[in-house]
This record gives sequence, structure tokens and C-alpha cells, in this order.
Amino acid sequence: MSMFNIFDVSGSAVSAQSQRLNTVASNLANADTVAGPDGQAYKARQVVFQTTLMGEVGAAGVRVTNVVEDNTPGRRVHDPKHPAADGQGYVTYSNVNPVEEMVNMISASRSYQNNIEVMNTAKSLLLKTLQLGQG
Amino acid sequence: MQRLTSTLEFHAQALTLRAERQRLIASNIANADTPGYVARDMDFARALREASGTSAVAGAMATTHASHLADPAGARSAAELTYAHNPQDSLDQNTVDLDRERASFAENAVKYEATLRFINGHMRTLQDAMRSPNQG
Repeated sequence: MSMFNIFDVSGSAVSAQSQRLNTVASNLANADTVAGPDGQAYKARQVVFQTTLMGEVGAAGVRVTNVVEDNTPGRRVHDPKHPAADGQGYVTYSNVNPVEEMVNMISASRSYQNNIEVMNTAKSLLLKTLQLGQG
Repeated sequence: MQRLTSTLEFHAQALTLRAERQRLIASNIANADTPGYVARDMDFARALREASGTSAVAGAMATTHASHLADPAGARSAAELTYAHNPQDSLDQNTVDLDRERASFAENAVKYEATLRFINGHMRTLQDAMRSPNQG
């Protein structure tokens, strides 16, 4: 039954989207992290999606190939009284853009919902197929 | 015997194709955020014509030589997969139009159920015809 593959396909998408949601969560949690003694603040992370084949023709799932770090310099704020301020009185925060992360979060959650709905539909269709000839 | 089950066979083929299309659309929805993914879809009418062998379809598998292997029932070339056309280009080369895919998914699910009902109804008709009159 070729429709069982839908669970593999949508399942891989759900898992990829939840990984994306995880990175958004850690980015947002570290939005106000300041640089440590090494001068390196938290860098925003993004997942990279890639299509992966699921055995049969036309069944294409998703997987996360790697997680890349955003290398743009962190936000620098002049605050000489801050304990983490450097010699010139600047504090380096992480380079997370909260607006971008919120948009990313909404997109990930919508895609997650879409795939769950696909699985629910496939499940109800398969259950009705099982009852074939009984009705 | 052939006449008894030919309708059933036709609907069975339609059901298989519907399941296949459902899987294709599920793949498109799953890859809605994958950069570079190209959405696929199938020309259902053409695929069904090819699968049921009711009329010759250009590009379909054919046995034109005595030593050709006969294609098993319902076998088709993979050529009937087409590329969905996206009215709006996206920057990451992804061609999935999520609204249209959702609509196609719902439409295909309803038509799958319709085919199931056709099969159920046909089976009931056959069973009624086979039942003897004094069985009630």
C-alpha cells in the first residue's frame, strides 16, 4: 500500500520542522546573551533542509543536513557600567534578530500543522480502506 | 467472468492512482520549506487511461515485439509525473504553492473516498445479485 509512505514523508517533515523550532527557541532564549570573557557572543543558528527520497518514486521527505551559524558581528552597545563591557566600554550581545526568529517560528509551526493534517487525512483514508467491502 | 469484475478492476486502479497522487501531494507539502525543491503532480486522467489500457497513450509502455516482456497489470512508465506550475517564483527556487497543494490534497482525499464508495456499492450490488431469493 503506497499510502503508508505518507507517514514516512510527513513524519520526516514534522521532525525537521520541530528541529527548526528548537533552533528558534535557543536563538530567542539567547537573544540578550552577552559575550563571555573570550569576546564571543552567542551566534544565531539556522537549520538547512534538504529533500530526501523515501524509497518509492514521488515520495520525497525532508531532513536537516546541517545547522549553520550566522557569522554577522554581534550587536554592540555602549554601556561602560556593564560588568561585561570591554576596554572601550562596549558590550557585545548575540547577533540574534528577534523579529526574524518570530517569523521563522510562525512559519515552522504552520508547516508542522500542515503535515500533521496530512497524516490525519491519510490515516482516516487508510482506515476507510481497511473497511472496504464490509459496509 | 471478465464482465463481472471489470468495473471493480477499473476502480481498483483508480484507487491505486489516487493513493499515489496523495503521496505526491504529501511530499510537496512536506517540502514546502526545502530550498530548491520542485513540486510534482500527476495528470490523473492520463495516468488512469494508461493504467486501465482503455486507449493508447503516447509514451505509454507497449509490447511491440514478441520477446518484449508483457507489462504487469497496472504498470506504467514514470513519465506521467509532471511539474506543478507555480505562479509566484520564490527566492530559494522552491516551487511549492502551499495553498494549491492543500486544495489538491483535500480534493484528492474526497475523490479517494468516492472511489472507495464506488467499490463498496459495486460489491454490495454483486452480493445482492448472488443472494438467493429465499435468503431474505
